[in-house]
Amino acid sequence: MTEFIQTIVNGLTTGCLYALIALGYTMVYGVLKLLNFAHGDVYMVGAFIGYFVMHWFGGPTAIAIPVPLLLLVMFALASIGCGLLGMAMERFAYRPLRDAPRIAPLITALGISFVLENTVLLLFGGFTRSYQTESFVSPASGIHLGGVTIDTVQIMIIVVSVLMMLGLIQIVHRTTLGKSMRAVASDREAAEMLGINVNRTIALTFFIGSAMAGIAGVMSGLAFDQITNTIGFLAGLKAFTAAVVGGIGSIPGAMIGGIVIGLCESFSLSYISTQYSDLIVFGILIVVMLLRPQGIFGQRPLQKV
Amino acid sequence: MAKIGTDDWVARSGERRDDGSGWRKLLARADARVGWWQRLALVTLIGLIAGQLLTNVNVQTVAFNSLLYAILALGLNIAVGWAGLLDLSYIAFFGFGAYGYAVFSSTAFGSDGSGGVHLPAIESIPIVLVAAGAVGVIIGLIALRLSGDYLAIVTLFVGQAFMEVVNNVDPGTLGGVNGLFGLDPLHSFGGRVESPLGFYYLALAMTVALAGILHLLDTSRTGRAWRALRDDPLAAAAMTIPVKKLKVMAFSFGAVVGALAGTLFAAQQDTVFPTNFTANVLILIYACLVLGGVGSIAGAIAGGLVVTIGEQLLSSPNDAGYLFYGLIVIALVTRIRPWRQLAAVLAAVLAFGFAAHAIVGAISSSAVAGSPGSGGWIGSAVRDYVIVPANPATYGNILYVVLICALVAIVRLHGTRRLLAVIPTVYIAACCWESRLIVNPSITTQIMIGAILIVTMAARPQGLLGTPRVETVQA
Repeated sequence: MTEFIQTIVNGLTTGCLYALIALGYTMVYGVLKLLNFAHGDVYMVGAFIGYFVMHWFGGPTAIAIPVPLLLLVMFALASIGCGLLGMAMERFAYRPLRDAPRIAPLITALGISFVLENTVLLLFGGFTRSYQTESFVSPASGIHLGGVTIDTVQIMIIVVSVLMMLGLIQIVHRTTLGKSMRAVASDREAAEMLGINVNRTIALTFFIGSAMAGIAGVMSGLAFDQITNTIGFLAGLKAFTAAVVGGIGSIPGAMIGGIVIGLCESFSLSYISTQYSDLIVFGILIVVMLLRPQGIFGQRPLQKV
Repeated sequence: MAKIGTDDWVARSGERRDDGSGWRKLLARADARVGWWQRLALVTLIGLIAGQLLTNVNVQTVAFNSLLYAILALGLNIAVGWAGLLDLSYIAFFGFGAYGYAVFSSTAFGSDGSGGVHLPAIESIPIVLVAAGAVGVIIGLIALRLSGDYLAIVTLFVGQAFMEVVNNVDPGTLGGVNGLFGLDPLHSFGGRVESPLGFYYLALAMTVALAGILHLLDTSRTGRAWRALRDDPLAAAAMTIPVKKLKVMAFSFGAVVGALAGTLFAAQQDTVFPTNFTANVLILIYACLVLGGVGSIAGAIAGGLVVTIGEQLLSSPNDAGYLFYGLIVIALVTRIRPWRQLAAVLAAVLAFGFAAHAIVGAISSSAVAGSPGSGGWIGSAVRDYVIVPANPATYGNILYVVLICALVAIVRLHGTRRLLAVIPTVYIAACCWESRLIVNPSITTQIMIGAILIVTMAARPQGLLGTPRVETVQA
């Protein structure tokens, strides 16, 4: 029973991270109908920004400022850096292709992902870096209930993710920006005719999505400790699976999908096999695709001629 | 040739754009007169002559590799170029072919002491190809339910699943991370292919045969139906084109060609490792196809040759300079008109560099103390041109970031400002190249491959040899 609950806790934590990345996929897909393969690498860049910010402030063993403040600075800089990266990607790579054949931006996205991964490799080297979280967040702190441990980092991940998702829902449903995002998603041309600044809306969508991926990157660095230039690929794939399982284009769908994928992964890790957990996630994707291609919350798109 | 499936207005776009002067028109006219099989014969002849001239074993291997990538690009073109399906599982079929050949011609099945299966190539290769085709049909059937982007991600997962399988399932037979080694040479009917030159000729024969077959396929009913499917699946279905059957066919045909390339690769390498079939290799194949021109047979072959040879040039510090400076000069010559402006820009680039080097050298001699990464005469020629400090790593990293910002800025500028911005950018590029990029040729290669994909898609989506497409606007 203890192991069962612990598995759920671990699954929720990774699930929240996947959900944050999946939100970026789903928002971009919503407004542009574009699958941004490079999104996983934005998450990786976020993890690196967090790492370097931590080293500016003295490194994990000798932090010059209070730890909560440090975390705040890491989140802020990673989200701004990744957000700008996302906007730059949109402006220079995707915008020229907006009316190109569907396959063109996908190939560009592959190229961007490759360039980002190798740029980080060139600048910072290919070795694994460690956040050394345990030297500034005590592993003993956190909640202990019976044999179940929810450590501080896990609590923080869940709280921050939930807050960000609530914030995102507020933005989408309560602000002018959110209104224009929904308008652009449902019909770009009509939105433009109604005076909505489509380019600005799309750029801001990229900014928000990438900023969340950046924060997810920092949190995964804190939780899993190790970062390399290749962590983006698999995380991106799983987050995309989450977005699809939830129904791509749907914001609550991405959140639920992320948590479903996180739980599946953590259950298969602790009960089935450590080697095949990726294959199991993949199997879920295939099954969802075959049974309910529009996902849990998605609506079957009308085909227009 | 009947003009089926071609829009007349689009087909004549080249003529309209052509100003009708000079060697271009002559070339285009000559090009139009030559039939496809004459071209194929010409390519074969060039390949055979090249084979006679290649005496160095390393060069022979490079030649083989470039043909291998040409074959891979040809196979990828079936699903991506013709049927318009973004197939990211292609690498799995390449690996499937290689592993298939490997288990049938090594001691892989010999854990019970029987010594394993050693089939001759004439038996093992057809078995592998048929199996690959069948797996292709299965993947295709899964893919039927999906369109566009969903398809891409599911097939990407298939590639990932292949890696997991060869790494983890049954390491006794498939070798796990250590791969399989000590494969039999390619042998059939008592003859065997072992030398690099032999593999080159074999690859040449396969490339030519495939190009011929694919050309016939492209101009057949099936080929036209694929293109109809690519341009608009719904309209194609309304025209009674069997969309589902064609999608599955495209997948399995591509799978067979990929597996064929895999068998050739395994036989030549003598070993197979899981790391031979990573997403990096997939992106390399995509770069070949995209650079050459999606949908074009000649483009796929040309892309394979150009990318592989470029990659080879990059890995040697003496030759990489030709590629880099050559590309810069080609870019400037083709983009800047009239020639007076071009001459002015080139002169300014040279003057700017020497002046910058002199000024920085006068201020601090240690800032120019390093030697450029290029070897040979290029290295000595740029010694007094580029600024390379004694410890260039950090400096090079900063320059790299500055270079990317400068390139991004150039895209946004127009007219005279762009011309002025080009001058320092070229200089920064040269400094960055000499101090950082050339030092890590493998990473530089990867970055350039990614850049090929991005730049080709933005600047010339039809690639080097493809024909431009008009996209019907969809609601």
